[in-house]
Amino acid sequence: MMRPITPKKQGLYNPSNEHDSCGVGFVANSRGIKSHKIISQGLEILTNLTHRGATGYDPKLGDGAGILIQIPDALFQKEAKLLSIALPGEGEYGIGMLFLPQAEKTRALCESIISKVIAEEEQIELGWRNVPVNNQDIAGAARNVEPVIKQVIIGRGDNTDGQVAFERKLFVIRKRIENLVQALDIDDPASFYVSSMSSRTVVYKGMLLANEVGVFFPDLLDESSQSALALVHQRFSTNTFPSWDLAHPYRMIAHNGEINTVRGNENWINARQEKMKSMLLGEDLEKLWPLITEGQSDSASFDNCLELLVAGGYSLPHAMMMLIPEAWSGNGLMSQERKSFYEYHAAMMEPWDGPAAVAFTDGQMIGATLDRNGLRPARYLMTDDGVVMMASEMGVLKFPEEKIVKKWRLEPGKMLLIDLQAGRIIDDAEVKKLLASAKPYESWINQSRFLLSDLRKPTVKIKLQSALLDIQQAFGFTQEDISFILKPMVSDGQEPSGSMGNDAALPVLSNRPKVLYNYFKQLFAQVTNPPIDPIREELVMSLVTFIGPRPNLLGIEETSPPPRLEASQPILSLEDLEALKNIEQTTKGLFKSNVIDITFEVGRDESYSQAMERALANICNEAKQSVIDGLNIIILSDRLTDNNRQAVPALLACSATHHLLVKAGIRTNTGLVIDTGSAREVHHFALLAGYGAEAVCPWLTYETIRTLSDDFSGAQEKYIKAIGKGFNKVMSKMGISTYQSYCGAQVFEAVGLNQAFIDKYFKGTSTNIEGIGIKEIAEEVNQIHKAAFGLDPTLINALDAGGEYAFRIRGEEHMWNPESIAKLQHATRKNQYDTYKEYAELINNQTKKHKTLRGLFGFKKTKTISIDEVESAKEIVKRFATGAMSLGSISTEAHATLAVAMNRIGGKSNTGEGGEDKKRFIPITKDSSIAEHLGEDIIESNYALLAGDSMRSRIKQVASGRFGVTAEYLSAADQIQIKMAQGAKPGEGGQLPGHKVSPYIAKLRFSVPGVGLISPPPHHDIYSIEDLAQLIHDLKNANPSASISVKLVSETGVGTVAAGVAKAKSDHIVIAGHDGGTGASPLSSIKHAGTPWEIGLAETQQTLVLNQLRGRVILQVDGQMKTGRDVVVGALLGADEFGFATAPLVVEGCIMMRKCHLNTCPVGIATQDPELRKRFNGQPEHVVNFFFFIAEEIREIMASLGMKKFNDLIGRSDLLDMQQGIDHWKIQGLDFSRIFYQPDMGADVSRYNVEKQYHGLDKALDNEIIKKAMPSIEKKESTTFDIPITNTNRTVGTMLSHEIAKRYGNDGLPDNTISVKLEGTAGQSFGAFLAKGITFNLHGEGNDYVGKGLCGGHIIIRPPQHFKGIEEKNIIVGNTVMYGATSGESYFRGIAGERFCVRNSGASAVVEGVGNHGCEYMTGGTVAVLGETGQNFAAGMSGGVAYIYDPEGTFSQSCNPSMVTLEKVAKENVQPKGAKHLNLSDETILKQLIVNHHKYTDSSIAIDILNNWDTAIGNFVKVMPIEYKRALNELHAATIKEVA
Amino acid sequence: MGKVTGFMDFPRVAAENVPPAERVKNYKEFVLHLSDEEAKTQGARCMDCGIPFCNNGCPVNNIIPDWNDLVFQQNWKQAIEVLHSTNNFPEFTGRICPAPCEAACTLNINDDPVGIKSIEHAIIDKAWENNWVLPQPPKNKTGKKIAIVGSGPAGMAAAQQLARVGHDVVVLEKNDRIGGLLRYGIPDFKMEKSHIDRRVTQMEAEGVVFKTNQNVGENVDPEQLIHDYDSVILAGGAEWPRDLPVPGRELDGVHFAMDFLPNQNKIVAGDVIKDQITATGKNVVVIGGGDTGSDCVGTSNRHGAASVYQFELMPQPPEKEIKSLVWPYWPLKMRTSSSHEEGCERDWSVATKSFIGENGKVKELVAARVEWKDGKMQEVPNSEFTMKADLVLLAMGFISPQQTILDKFGIDKDARGNAKAETEGENSYTTSRSKVFAAGDMRRGQSLVVWAIREGRQCARSVDEFLMGSSSLPR
Repeated sequence: MMRPITPKKQGLYNPSNEHDSCGVGFVANSRGIKSHKIISQGLEILTNLTHRGATGYDPKLGDGAGILIQIPDALFQKEAKLLSIALPGEGEYGIGMLFLPQAEKTRALCESIISKVIAEEEQIELGWRNVPVNNQDIAGAARNVEPVIKQVIIGRGDNTDGQVAFERKLFVIRKRIENLVQALDIDDPASFYVSSMSSRTVVYKGMLLANEVGVFFPDLLDESSQSALALVHQRFSTNTFPSWDLAHPYRMIAHNGEINTVRGNENWINARQEKMKSMLLGEDLEKLWPLITEGQSDSASFDNCLELLVAGGYSLPHAMMMLIPEAWSGNGLMSQERKSFYEYHAAMMEPWDGPAAVAFTDGQMIGATLDRNGLRPARYLMTDDGVVMMASEMGVLKFPEEKIVKKWRLEPGKMLLIDLQAGRIIDDAEVKKLLASAKPYESWINQSRFLLSDLRKPTVKIKLQSALLDIQQAFGFTQEDISFILKPMVSDGQEPSGSMGNDAALPVLSNRPKVLYNYFKQLFAQVTNPPIDPIREELVMSLVTFIGPRPNLLGIEETSPPPRLEASQPILSLEDLEALKNIEQTTKGLFKSNVIDITFEVGRDESYSQAMERALANICNEAKQSVIDGLNIIILSDRLTDNNRQAVPALLACSATHHLLVKAGIRTNTGLVIDTGSAREVHHFALLAGYGAEAVCPWLTYETIRTLSDDFSGAQEKYIKAIGKGFNKVMSKMGISTYQSYCGAQVFEAVGLNQAFIDKYFKGTSTNIEGIGIKEIAEEVNQIHKAAFGLDPTLINALDAGGEYAFRIRGEEHMWNPESIAKLQHATRKNQYDTYKEYAELINNQTKKHKTLRGLFGFKKTKTISIDEVESAKEIVKRFATGAMSLGSISTEAHATLAVAMNRIGGKSNTGEGGEDKKRFIPITKDSSIAEHLGEDIIESNYALLAGDSMRSRIKQVASGRFGVTAEYLSAADQIQIKMAQGAKPGEGGQLPGHKVSPYIAKLRFSVPGVGLISPPPHHDIYSIEDLAQLIHDLKNANPSASISVKLVSETGVGTVAAGVAKAKSDHIVIAGHDGGTGASPLSSIKHAGTPWEIGLAETQQTLVLNQLRGRVILQVDGQMKTGRDVVVGALLGADEFGFATAPLVVEGCIMMRKCHLNTCPVGIATQDPELRKRFNGQPEHVVNFFFFIAEEIREIMASLGMKKFNDLIGRSDLLDMQQGIDHWKIQGLDFSRIFYQPDMGADVSRYNVEKQYHGLDKALDNEIIKKAMPSIEKKESTTFDIPITNTNRTVGTMLSHEIAKRYGNDGLPDNTISVKLEGTAGQSFGAFLAKGITFNLHGEGNDYVGKGLCGGHIIIRPPQHFKGIEEKNIIVGNTVMYGATSGESYFRGIAGERFCVRNSGASAVVEGVGNHGCEYMTGGTVAVLGETGQNFAAGMSGGVAYIYDPEGTFSQSCNPSMVTLEKVAKENVQPKGAKHLNLSDETILKQLIVNHHKYTDSSIAIDILNNWDTAIGNFVKVMPIEYKRALNELHAATIKEVA
Repeated sequence: MGKVTGFMDFPRVAAENVPPAERVKNYKEFVLHLSDEEAKTQGARCMDCGIPFCNNGCPVNNIIPDWNDLVFQQNWKQAIEVLHSTNNFPEFTGRICPAPCEAACTLNINDDPVGIKSIEHAIIDKAWENNWVLPQPPKNKTGKKIAIVGSGPAGMAAAQQLARVGHDVVVLEKNDRIGGLLRYGIPDFKMEKSHIDRRVTQMEAEGVVFKTNQNVGENVDPEQLIHDYDSVILAGGAEWPRDLPVPGRELDGVHFAMDFLPNQNKIVAGDVIKDQITATGKNVVVIGGGDTGSDCVGTSNRHGAASVYQFELMPQPPEKEIKSLVWPYWPLKMRTSSSHEEGCERDWSVATKSFIGENGKVKELVAARVEWKDGKMQEVPNSEFTMKADLVLLAMGFISPQQTILDKFGIDKDARGNAKAETEGENSYTTSRSKVFAAGDMRRGQSLVVWAIREGRQCARSVDEFLMGSSSLPR
């Protein structure tokens, strides 16, 4: 669809990266009674969801909003009369809601096409109506591109029998119109677009603010507009470019979330084209292609696919279950019947995977469903007169409490359905039972399914064509592949870990030949979509793969389904592959496989690349022919590799074949299996899968493993397991849960491959800096092959050294090497600038040893000035920050050194994710030493501090583990940084191994000493951009004087994400390079995820400037920053500030041991071992010297560029060019013009930070509360007052808590000093970081994030008095309640949503039921659940205790047993002596909680339990973490010893 | 890697030595190699660093962490393969290398470095014992002929590398035995000469032809060599000793170290030498505090000297270097060699002013204390002293190669009088004359054996590239 005002692809900006997310809701009369009120209510919901949207540079410019209603027949009858149109009865006509071009001529052309198609499809064009609009108050930018909005009224033709067929026809007409107009390529400010075309529904939407929809469309205010349903949507887009058509709802859905697999889903739809047949659509099916319009949003594509399924005859709920299936494969609680339903359909349609709350309607039914993870919130309520209201949050529409009979939430994978015709609400279980039992799916599967494991052959041994070593070398194996990659996998069944960042040369810059895999980088989820936690939330993950032909997607009448071949995971053993080869015999010819050899010999008159291209063409032809011949499994194999035959890179062969078959529309007729010697690490498998392989057999890796272990089959099994785990991680990094939807999803980008090559073989993959093509790839393959069979004496007995993961003399180049480290350390210790310059020269001069992109940049010659005119070094160093390295990952000594140094120079140090000792917040007033302040027992290596020093880290990091994040901690910040991703391992959580969790670290993190700590991959309160906006708002409230920073990692599209983050009101954005450091990370992440910051920073700068958002934020860049030159390049590409991490560590003494994860750092930096910490030798002075050296070098360069002020450098990418004189066969192809690009935006659009964000704190309810509570805050007097609350009052109590924390720290005030009674529905984050001394007593309900980071306060929530429902059966608070709470109490009279008390580390809570993942990652505190729990309770729980009331005895099925044991709760008199939680007996703790719960909430379930205490106690289950128990026992043993 | 916490669990243990009182009785090697068990724990101390500084500190870039780990695993066979892949002659370096690798070891920052040298020693001894060191004759011959002038470690390393890729190599040695400085510069008690013989045997099996008594420039015509061979490598030593031109220098009993040491080696080898300079019963003064001086001390003690003094002009270095400013580089610090342990008085900042003789024989030495300021030396007033001296050995280093041979080849020299050739780039190790290459001390001046091996290997690659267009030899 043409979108003229949205900027075209330019520089690194690509409009296809745009993301959105949003608030969604509907209201419906389940009895089907139409009224105008429903429409008004819909509009009210929209207005109250406004805070879930965002505005751009112009506060009036929203991201779009809209409403879908049933066709208001009365309105149209009235209007038709005025227009003299003879309108038939309801259901006999359809309305096409059209956005038309502004230019009259093109508009007329479009209209004529519409008329023509209606006529050709033999329907009746009844007439046209100009839709009245009131555009006076909309933003100028929106008005500039405002389309002419018309409705075409279409009568049902005689050839169309009934309304269902008419709907189908209208769909066909619309698709045809769209395709025809698309072909015209119209140039007009406004896009042509069909919002809806149906005889049942009509969509009113546009580039409007949520509260403007009703104003803009007077139709909606007309009393004669009546509908029984209203589906509404408010969009939050990352960009600020107005586009009318991107507003929701679409024709059938409104979506909150993001489809992560959309690229693959679209490909797979196209891949089916030839095979698809529909009884219902018949020949009309042909007219629908292309089904999915190029370049539209993921939600729109999803809508297209849903329409197809519905038009093809699936019912709406049936189609939704196919597209967004719940997690079924590992679900022990699901009925076999339903599992069979899902399994049957799994072969037909891969899940559209990603966070999603989708509301859908066809005008007859309306409903909503949630993705399998439940990552988006959706709450609903029902009234006694049949009205159902669903929305992202509660409180958006008020109903009298006495009318409400049920309040509930959509649960993960569940569906809510209202059948307006039948006049009833159908719950998830019923609708799914109905559909699952409609056909004999189980027996169909049993008839048609073959499990690969059943066909397996006995042991297979490969006959190698040459010596193993030579073959290994031919596929590029290195010593590191054996020692770093394979050995750990074979011995532990785990993906290997490493530490520190990647400082090796980029593959395209390397002098050494690289395998093709290395040129691709994994994409990952950040901000707009969440990564998944594949370990703790494994139940949603699935590696099931289907190999071979897929059934007809629209074969709804199929009674004997075609055969399907299923494998439980995609890594094939040698035996599996043998089974595939022989499959024709074992399946009586149902499957036939064809092995295609992908090796080739170079002909005498051929160049290497000609030979390879010839081989590729042959492979593709043979593949295509074999599909045509009816062979239905293709195996691409390189086993014939020998000294004459080299292999086409398996990835290249795989992708080329896959794309060719997709293009031909026959891809789903066959399976594609790769049998390759090249695949060994997780990244390789992920790539093959991402480009279409349904399964992979790494034959050479198996042969290699044979030499590593005496027990081959055990080793093979462990290896497969390790790769499987790694696979889950890679998929989850991108927020994808199933292999099936990952397969072909192409979630990668290329760095250093040219566009022509990508377009030919990897179409749709992003590549930004051009680079090598088929010629150089063939050359590399040949070099590797030649070396393998050549005479090089170092390769006669051994593999190549590698040197990718660690510096090796004969290996890859690294920037940190013996020389550069020695020079830097000597320079900073001696304060010798000359030596620093020698160091800088080693890094900066990359004319010979090229390692980074910036190394290839040159500065253009300009007028120079004297260095005396340049801004002082003292000013420049203020722009520097040190990286987020937690106390825990590094030692106290190393951590504090950085803080002291940064405070001395006026820069900023960063706590990292690990809290901070409050002693460090106290300024140092006299010359002293660190041990004097932190304690002799804490410090192993003392050093001097000076008067005026401070050990406080000015940046406080908030990451997903929320370790030590308290009101006091946040109040001590100058900047609060939200870590969305980390350069070394974007899309993953963190891990601090148990041996690094010393008692001191555990104290700061509120955890158990010796127990490893894991930060989850996602922040459990950020599953989309508007969630991030919410967290930013929370943190701003927690410390209004601190700026809020969001840390992102460079990848394609990061600029667009950054624009969204700027709109979410972040004050500061960090763009980290892929090469950032880590204390522990899987090696594949260190190496293969993210891109160099040069690309990401440039894209961010360009996108922010284009969006006119750049001036609002400070942009910081980090990632292997080493010299002043690096800084200047960063500034020219758009950065205001600069982060350094590894280099300052080297200054402190780090020698890149890369042993951080082992706790054996021999220089006392990345270790907690007291003996090793004694060896720490760093000093703040050295770090100060370093930063002044950097600044001095910057000044020299500034003088040479004629720049006086640092700000003048920022964004001046025009001063960069590619360095001359680098004449290298691989580098020659690079093109940096997109990096150096500057958007043409006029001088008034700022290029660096000039203004502050507006956070709207002046409107917060807390201002009033603080005023009322002032006597308490200042004089500790008790205050009690009442206050009403509504859902737009977000983050209530947090600013108040800041006022307390600022004065009293975490000690706060005595309990109940400030007692507030509230009434109504609280907005998100109610009571976040609530400080000690505050009690919130809410009559009403809470939304998501209640008590987030609770910090000593008390929260009580109970339903309003008039509520009709049964309290303990209704929801009272939303998702992720008490996330990261550290202390305090809460009592909830009712049920909580998913992820209750995640990462609680000390608070206690009572609740009457919880959703999935309760108490996940908990490390402390007490939880009592007086009702049912969802699945996966206590996953990753390492501390604290939960008590579950379980009279039915079913809890154990819901509990994740991997880290906890379930015990009985003993009566106090019989509880065994020994260590106790909180030093109290279980009975005392539990009873006190329940007594309190009853006292505060009047809970009837509590009183029942208390009244029958002696029996009831027996019905409680105590969830006891194994590690916690161990720690308590150790503590107890120690105490006894002490006493003795 | 061996053991993650090995460096914290085990102390450094050096190879055991025969006690001084015992060992001075003969000329046998006195450093014993580590037992298997010792080698294993010493190997376990290696941390398998992310950046193996040792690897870089070692001039031949020995892949130390790898063989440390292999020794830890007791996989000696593979250990020697890895060791041999960078170092042709670990039995030489394992005995007489000062081990810059250990200075660069990351444990040396704040702990005792890994005993790399003794592990190397153990590996190669084990390899010889097990007959794992076998000739590696080339599969194909190239037909190219190469002459190497000098059979020291540089010449030997170049010869072995070149022979293994199929060239016909002839090594020309001016002395009567192969080995150069290894043979006659280093006393037997540091390295027994059978090690050289064993290598020569291996290399001969690989096709190298050794010719002794070939004094190029004297009895062999350089031009003829250039004419007869496809290339020539100058791999001789830096043998021009620094002299001490003070009154009395001409007296009998004042000798260069290299007039003293070789003869002892010859005697150990069974030769009969007339007029051997001996230290027996004499008051010996060694002038020069370096390795050669040490060797003179050790040999004098074995001769049964009455007393041994050693003077050094430079001030006494600090007992310990400031590691944070020096590591990973070779530190200047007080070093006590095994010869010093055997009995010797050392003194620093001493300048010898004259020798006083009787009957043409030296009897006394006159010296004075000096002070160093800003790199300049000044005599301390009234500090002159005399002492008894029956034998004075001058071990003050070497200036450069003998100039005559370089002149006879007609090649350019650098400012220090060495053969001029670069070590990096396309024309590495080539001299100003086509076909003529230079490596080792003759190119870089007086240096360590390990540097000579490095240059020999790198030069071999350059020669191979020059002859064949490309080379599979490692640098």
